[in-house]
Amino acid sequence: MSSELQALIGKNWKKPPFIQRPWLRWAFILGFVVYLIAAFLTIDVNWSRVYEGLERGKQFVLAFTSPDFTSRSGDIWEGMLESIIMTVAASVVGIGISIPIALGAARNVAPLPVYLICRGIIAVSRALQEIIVAILLVAIFGFGPLAGFLTLSFATIGFLSKLLAEDIESMDKVQAEAIRASGARWTQWINYGVQPQVMPRLIGLSMYRIDINFRESAILGLVGAGGIGATLNTAFDRYEYDTAAAILIMIIVIVMALEYLSGVIRARVQ
Amino acid sequence: MPVSERNGTKVWQRRTGRESLFHWVLWLIGVAVFAYCWQQISNATTWFFVWDAPRIAGDIWTRATPPKWEYITQLGKPIWDTLNIATLGTIISLVLAVPVAFLAARNTTPSRFIIRPLALLIIVSTRSINSLIWALLLIAIIGPGVFAGVVAIAIRSVGFCAKLLYEAIEEIDETQVEAITATGASRWQVMAYGIVPQIMPAFAGIAVFRWDINIRESTVLGLVGAGGIGLQLSASLNVLAWPQVALILLVILAAVVISEWVSAKVRGAII
Repeated sequence: MSSELQALIGKNWKKPPFIQRPWLRWAFILGFVVYLIAAFLTIDVNWSRVYEGLERGKQFVLAFTSPDFTSRSGDIWEGMLESIIMTVAASVVGIGISIPIALGAARNVAPLPVYLICRGIIAVSRALQEIIVAILLVAIFGFGPLAGFLTLSFATIGFLSKLLAEDIESMDKVQAEAIRASGARWTQWINYGVQPQVMPRLIGLSMYRIDINFRESAILGLVGAGGIGATLNTAFDRYEYDTAAAILIMIIVIVMALEYLSGVIRARVQ
Repeated sequence: MPVSERNGTKVWQRRTGRESLFHWVLWLIGVAVFAYCWQQISNATTWFFVWDAPRIAGDIWTRATPPKWEYITQLGKPIWDTLNIATLGTIISLVLAVPVAFLAARNTTPSRFIIRPLALLIIVSTRSINSLIWALLLIAIIGPGVFAGVVAIAIRSVGFCAKLLYEAIEEIDETQVEAITATGASRWQVMAYGIVPQIMPAFAGIAVFRWDINIRESTVLGLVGAGGIGLQLSASLNVLAWPQVALILLVILAAVVISEWVSAKVRGAII
């Protein structure tokens, strides 16, 4: 028995701390407390305004029990349709563009210069947020769903290419080599050696991205890039909580349906 | 194996006749849907503006460069607010997410048919609505400002954190829980000594991951009036002060890159 264990015998057991080194633990806790105090001091909350707002908050929660789908049904229907159209078009174009970029960003498929260019595209697309891209594109292309469509396509490229490229990089080399040994051209090699291995993941990721694109398309309207967001914003501005509740319920239902659908499809392909 | 006959010799095919027909129909429907969507977008677009876009983009670029560097002195407070929105929002959301996650996980939920679906409903509904929409709503209710931003981020993150956390709880090693139970521990002691130590690394990882995402989201919350650097962005956009916009975008980009680096480092240290 080691001396360390010997020294512990007879003493009460104590739970080992999450961070082992004591000075680091205490520095962490102290820094955290100091930060919290500083943060709370700089946030000025207007409590009387909050108290007044509780009444409106109650109205909003109650509005969920009686959502109003009818009185603005034209606007809701138009906005929803536009959101769905933007989602579908942007997903198709985004996925279509991201496949070649993913091939270029996989080190075992592409030569170094192509790899660096494609990784650069992915990094730019991931660093810029949807809503900021949407603001710039609205300024350039004008109001309307085209700006939203371009924003979502751009965001899809960064997301899908990165994850797909990682999957291509971790694929089984043996199968790809077998296809190449049979004398396949490069395109045939990609089609029969690489594509079957990454297809399940590609379908799963695409479904997930369609889901994300729909959620994002709901806010692009706030900056004028088309979709349901504009209708939702107007409903909030006019304090028409029952209409807003109706829109939110529709968004939640569609997202749930998409999630269920993607679960079914992913279970089938994997 | 699908085989077709051509000139008397058998040729390998990837799919049978029925399968390839099915695939063609599927593709046809897909192309038709896409064409319809594209037509709708095209109808809603003023194409004159689009053809003019390169000139406009060049124009904005010349206006925006060089960024107005001296404006950075006014960005200190907004950046601090943004950091606070993200951090406090994450902390509040974690506090709310832990009980929801325990109620939603199959192996810890007290009732599988009443409470678990309720917890799952909370997770889905908070997750599927973007933080900007939550911010819009909260501004209508409690007024504009940093507080609305904190609450919006907190609500949005509950679903995300709870979902990842309950998946971690469902994947724990049951033997450890059984060992603690065998010593005669109460329900809460089993929780504290059997389950919590196992999910602690996942919890820390989720917290840092969500904090990183929240930094990104809180930079734009100001666009709807919920405080942070987005307020400055929307103010500069409204007066078309493009050099200021350029600087703010650079600052946001730097914040995003730094937060991603920090989160990657911390997650690397934990896992």
